[in-house]
Amino acid sequence: MTAAGVGVLVETDGHGATLVSREALTFARELAGGQPVHAVVVGPLDADVEDALLPQLGEQGVAMLHHATADGLGAYSAAAWAAAAVDVVTRASVRALLAAGTPRGNEVMAHAAVRLGVAMAANVVAADGVDPLVVSRQVVGGTVLEEMRLDDAVAVLSVAGHALDPAPAASPTEPEVTAFTPTLSEADLVARVVRTEVGAPDESAALGSARVVVGAGRGAGSADGFKDLVSLTELLGGVLGVSRVVTSLGWRPHHEQVGQTGSRIAPDIYIPCGISGAIQHWAGCSSAKTILAINTDPEAPMVTRAHYAVIGDLHEIVPAINDEIRRRRG
Amino acid sequence: MANVLVCIKRVPETSGQILLTDDEQAVDARHVGWTVSAHEECAIELATQVAGATGGTSTVLTVGSSDAVEQLRGALAVGCDSAVLIEADTATYGPADVAAAIGDVVSAHEANGTTYDLVLLGNDAADTGDFQVGVRLAALLGRPVVTGISACAVADGVIVARGEGPEGTEVFELPPPAVVAVMEGGVSPRYPSIPGRMKAKRAPIETVSPQREPAGHGRVRWKLPPQQPSSVEILGTGPEAAPAVVDLLEELGVLSR
Ligand SMILES: Cc1cc2nc3c(=O)[nH]c(=O)nc-3n(C[C@H](O)[C@H](O)[C@H](O)COP(=O)(O)OP(=O)(O)OC[C@H]3O[C@@H](n4cnc5c(N)ncnc54)[C@H](O)[C@@H]3O)c2cc1C
Ligand SMILES: Nc1ncnc2c1ncn2[C@@H]1O[C@H](COP(=O)(O)O)[C@@H](O)[C@H]1O
Repeated sequence: MTAAGVGVLVETDGHGATLVSREALTFARELAGGQPVHAVVVGPLDADVEDALLPQLGEQGVAMLHHATADGLGAYSAAAWAAAAVDVVTRASVRALLAAGTPRGNEVMAHAAVRLGVAMAANVVAADGVDPLVVSRQVVGGTVLEEMRLDDAVAVLSVAGHALDPAPAASPTEPEVTAFTPTLSEADLVARVVRTEVGAPDESAALGSARVVVGAGRGAGSADGFKDLVSLTELLGGVLGVSRVVTSLGWRPHHEQVGQTGSRIAPDIYIPCGISGAIQHWAGCSSAKTILAINTDPEAPMVTRAHYAVIGDLHEIVPAINDEIRRRRG
Repeated sequence: MANVLVCIKRVPETSGQILLTDDEQAVDARHVGWTVSAHEECAIELATQVAGATGGTSTVLTVGSSDAVEQLRGALAVGCDSAVLIEADTATYGPADVAAAIGDVVSAHEANGTTYDLVLLGNDAADTGDFQVGVRLAALLGRPVVTGISACAVADGVIVARGEGPEGTEVFELPPPAVVAVMEGGVSPRYPSIPGRMKAKRAPIETVSPQREPAGHGRVRWKLPPQQPSSVEILGTGPEAAPAVVDLLEELGVLSR
């Protein structure tokens, strides 16, 4: 791949670009090697989100924001988003198109790869070589890395969450904004969200960007065994994440699951309580900066791979920690 | 009545220690056994539920070696009605090749009078994790597709699919025929009953050969991340360790106020 611009599909939330999208922008800037980075946002943008977004894109050194608007883009549809992203590939003649490795990012990149007639590399963590382009990406749930060659005229890939930090560019930019109407067919809008049911809040996004995560596994004992763990989470202003055993047994909802088939987290501290540290769980929490394990078994993989550990029954230890925090706060 | 096809992949069991093959192209499964991913187990369950609720059929399909019959029989044992093996050495297959092989069988069955109103797959394969076979298959068949779906039903001739989105549960309504990639979390796979196992053992497996040469994948090699030696610092045992824990939390600056 010769050096040329890179396009990035950016996902937004109430605070502008999501953390993982900013990570993808940093990855794109490094891949572009001095060539322009083009951001793509699809669908309506609230004024305050746009106000937050532009400085974030500027901090990442983005040259241009391509904002796709059209009737029918109000609701998410992967095919329509891909149509918009592929339009930008042509408009900006980029040599690589990428997104964060989120459910939407992977889905839209798969559609884009089909439209461009090229391969797609999911969950890339690093570019090992640029010409030819060779990437390392997560396979086997993040426990193995694959070196993969991308030889097509346009490289399509997603960037695994928390594979890198969203570092600011050496010289920030003031991105130019161009609105455009992507070429959409009726078929692009068939598989779109017809409604969103806002039930119990979905913590998976919060988990992905939380600074503190308290983990709970089978050691919690039962659905009633979470009171002290929830208190600890609240005292630390964190988010609760659980193992698959906990969701399979119906003790907590699936969106709280951390691991290969749950969320990937990268907090400053992760406090797994009563979690053995199976490879599939580890795949979701290995990016935590510090791990403090609480477990009855000093030989549990979670303990031996942690930075710190307390050995014993979480039902005695967690309340004692909560009491100590409250005591020090006075 | 909805006819459902569910596509599964035989993958190495990876809950224990993972070793790679000498050619660094795959997980060495000689000592660990084989399975299907959790997403696909849920897809099998949804396939049998949708077929049962609509009086249709459920067919399980895999692209792989003759050994993958083990996984097909596993799906028959929990309620799938029939099974198809596309027998191929998939070592050189990329996700586009898998999609093409499945697409050819879907078209061939359709020419023989069986239309699959719903094709279910897993969201991503447990080993290669390409996140794209479903989307590629849908494009080949000219059908709508959604991924990341945890619940799915057919009502009044419409496929209603639900999945977790950034702001809540997202609902899609697709006109059949359509393709849906399933993520675990919405249904619990069932265990095979003894009669189910017996029936599965004797069931015929339709075996076909792929119609085209694979285009391949970009795999150079697989590698294991370096193992960090244990350097855990034990802060204490039991509730007496609480002050040491809170000291650490203060030191890390996560205990503001
Ligand atoms: C395809 C696939 C995908 C998977 N995806 C995921 C995933 O995304 N996330 C995930 O978490 N798992 C996943 N798993 C499951 C994984 O293999 C483990 O089964 C699971 O993580 C174990 O959960 P656990 O640690 O809570 O339970 P266990 O392994 O049973 O461990 C319980 C731990 O709690 C300790 N304990 C018990 N009582 C106490 C107590 N009173 N106080 C303190 N400690 C106590 C025990 O010593 C033990 O270490 C997946 C598996 C497969 C096959
Ligand atoms: N060899 C295969 N045979 C049948 N189905 C497959 C095969 N490979 C992948 N699939 C299906 O496609 C889904 C997504 O796979 P992938 O895009 O490779 O991550 C899997 O969960 C399976 O349902």
